[in-house]
Amino acid sequence: MASRTVYRKGSPVLAGLRYRGREGMFAWLLHRVSGLGVLLFLVLHIFDIFLLGFGAEIFDSLLVLYHSWWGRIMTVFLIFGLLFHALNGARIIIQDFWPRLWRHQAKLIWIETAIFIPVFLWTAYITLRPLFR
Amino acid sequence: MNTTLRDAFNQRRGRAPSGNLELYAWFFMRVSGVVLLGLAVFHLLYMHLAIQVDNIDFALVSERWRDPFWKTFDFFLLLFALSHGMTGLRLVIDDYVHNPRWLAFAKGAAFVAYVFFLGIGAYIILTFIPPVPGANP
Repeated sequence: MASRTVYRKGSPVLAGLRYRGREGMFAWLLHRVSGLGVLLFLVLHIFDIFLLGFGAEIFDSLLVLYHSWWGRIMTVFLIFGLLFHALNGARIIIQDFWPRLWRHQAKLIWIETAIFIPVFLWTAYITLRPLFR
Repeated sequence: MNTTLRDAFNQRRGRAPSGNLELYAWFFMRVSGVVLLGLAVFHLLYMHLAIQVDNIDFALVSERWRDPFWKTFDFFLLLFALSHGMTGLRLVIDDYVHNPRWLAFAKGAAFVAYVFFLGIGAYIILTFIPPVPGANP
């Protein structure tokens, strides 16, 4: 129960903000949050695909989930989460198998961000475009 | 499992694992991660950029699943994505749940969810028969 005493000293959120781990900390946090988010979506997605078995009417009526304006905004979060998780995961795998690269993790995170931004913005733009027409 | 792989794992964790399960879980995350870099990223970009969300409906999915290639693709995407996600969830549970009883309960619940969603996902992919286009179902 040693871990309990750590939490008693204050909120883990505040402790996290005080930690100032910079790039590595934010990459770790985003990786964890995006992983859980994508898993949550995956479970929903398996369920909606399962409804294919109930016929076209039921399946198509459920697609309001993804075609509505709020569905599209949620989709942009999914695109953000999956693309970030994929690129950051690729960085972690590369670093794990070439451990010398761990020294350059901050630089690699910025390279990763430079690849992430254009791909994310383009995919998000295509997904949100029908809202502006 | 050769020694280099174990070295890579130990360097990452800073301690030796008590059994082989954690080593395999760690290695599985890397292997399935590489696989999903292809399967999941392609699926996301293809469905949102090439097909686009507006065009997805029952008819389109049926048409896709007429092709055994997409059925196989979707089956492996389901298998790898859910296994990778649930192995990751197991890691997160280990980080935040310290009480041994709650830990066993949480991991058990995650495993039940894994079997359930893998089951209904595999069931629909393997048993779905696309209706003939134009025919009234």
